[in-house]
Amino acid sequence: MSWNTFATVAETKKALDAKQVSAVELAKHYLSRVSSINPALNAFITIDPEKTLSEALAQDNRRAKGEAAPLLGVPIAHKDIYLIDGWRTTCGSKMLENFVAPYSSTVVKNMADAGMVTLGKLNMDEFAMGSSNETSYFGTVKNPWDLSRVPGGSSGGSAASVAAGLTPASTGTDTGGSIRQPAMFCNLTGLKPTYGVCSRYGIIAFASSLDQAGPFAQTAEDCALLLSAMAGFDPHDATSLDRPKEDYSRDLSKPLKGLRIGLPKEFFGDGVAPGIAKAVDEALDVYRKLGATTVEVSLPNVKYSVPAYYVVAPAEASSNLSRFDGARFGHRAKDYTDIVDMYKRSRAEGFGAEVKRRILIGTYVLSHGYYDAYYLQAGKLRRLIAEDFKKAYEVCDVVMGPTAPEGAFQFGAKSDDPVKMYLNDIFTICANLTGQPAMSHPCGVDKDTGQFVGMHIIGNYLDEARMLNVAHQYQLATEWHKKHPAL
Amino acid sequence: MSLSAQDIERIAHLARIRVSPDEVAQVQAKLEGIFKLIDDMQSVNTQGVEPMSHGLDMVLRLRDDAVTEVNQREKFQSNAPAAADGYFLVPKVIE
Repeated sequence: MSWNTFATVAETKKALDAKQVSAVELAKHYLSRVSSINPALNAFITIDPEKTLSEALAQDNRRAKGEAAPLLGVPIAHKDIYLIDGWRTTCGSKMLENFVAPYSSTVVKNMADAGMVTLGKLNMDEFAMGSSNETSYFGTVKNPWDLSRVPGGSSGGSAASVAAGLTPASTGTDTGGSIRQPAMFCNLTGLKPTYGVCSRYGIIAFASSLDQAGPFAQTAEDCALLLSAMAGFDPHDATSLDRPKEDYSRDLSKPLKGLRIGLPKEFFGDGVAPGIAKAVDEALDVYRKLGATTVEVSLPNVKYSVPAYYVVAPAEASSNLSRFDGARFGHRAKDYTDIVDMYKRSRAEGFGAEVKRRILIGTYVLSHGYYDAYYLQAGKLRRLIAEDFKKAYEVCDVVMGPTAPEGAFQFGAKSDDPVKMYLNDIFTICANLTGQPAMSHPCGVDKDTGQFVGMHIIGNYLDEARMLNVAHQYQLATEWHKKHPAL
Repeated sequence: MSLSAQDIERIAHLARIRVSPDEVAQVQAKLEGIFKLIDDMQSVNTQGVEPMSHGLDMVLRLRDDAVTEVNQREKFQSNAPAAADGYFLVPKVIE
């Protein structure tokens, strides 16, 4: 069988539905591609061909019995933060090096119900804390476009695997930009839905009020298909939105005439690399040609996103990660004197430096006497930032700007300076703080560095279908998303 | 804001993470850099602003008080560093 490894999800679905290819054949194709290409990239932490092939066979049997499902037989790889019953699930940490998940996350279940076949578990920054995939206990992931550069993070394996044609699509999670920034760095389309659209049940928690699951793919059309499968109300997640299932593909073909694009002046300042600003400007010209109008808006409080985030995210992480105590699961130190020493040594050995730093920050800001000055103040800033956006939506339908202020950087360029690393997420974090949907799509190259540029689209709550329509119309008119690395 | 070595030791104890004496200075320097970034937000006057944790300001649902989980003790304990007779084994905590 010959198969175009860069076929989109939509094309793969079509070929499967036309019985030109089976789920088993596709699983074999991608598994063999993973075994030849992955050693150079380190995008996967775990593969289990036996499990994958038996899932594929089960999906082929569903088809043989005349069952219909939207993505019957389409392969998917999951970020190693998603629990899958019987699969090792590490979260990129030594703490969970040998942890075998005892149940499956709702998103994984939903995708399996839709017919998708799991190819494996993808590398990531440890506990999703990082913007370059350099904090993984299982080693860095290489950017398939340039092996000396980072793929972005924290969903680095999710981005690298799709960009390299090791899977047609992947899942990621986005707490401060962890889908959108790697999507930009690897020239992909990635979407973080409105908070509450995808269930967090069975996704290892980082910052519970910010975490959202979302898809990576080559196109917005694919992201719409994937999100339709992933999303849905789940009683197991207390913050899951109780609302009917949506077909996120429904508006893809709508023309953009009349679309009002808001351009926050705060997203086009001095911090943005000139080559990125230029690529974004050119992409906005394409949008104008498609019938959209642009209007300047202002988000005066958005500059407090990074400080507010580095209170909220570590605070919630310090609480969530207290469950890793070496008692019930996870790493336990060999030598200790008593139970407190066991906790301390197990956690010191099991967590990497960045995770420990964030737990310490979170512990401090939540400690006696500091709550009002930090967590409460950050919560109030979230409200002010959300109100800025509310005002902006009085004159625009979506907000656009660059996804990140600079493109894929070299390994080691920021890993010694956490603050420098954090500032790479300066444009993405606001959407997590407010809970709005946001996505990144390929829109060109920074001519000074040769690195890809992502267009960041932030939308109003539950406006995913419109955002996907916007990105899809852009992709019908452009070719950036059709570029593939030579591997 | 400046953090002392004692602050680091106190936080590390609260977080139940062992920070060895030779790591303290490095952790201290990195955290100070991060708090410098965080403290940018202290200048904003937020008096009267209602803090937000959910964009759609949703209210938590109630559920029926009913048993929904089945007993999977063996499965869950298969991940335990030490377990016996259905118990998780930890160092003695009661004299």
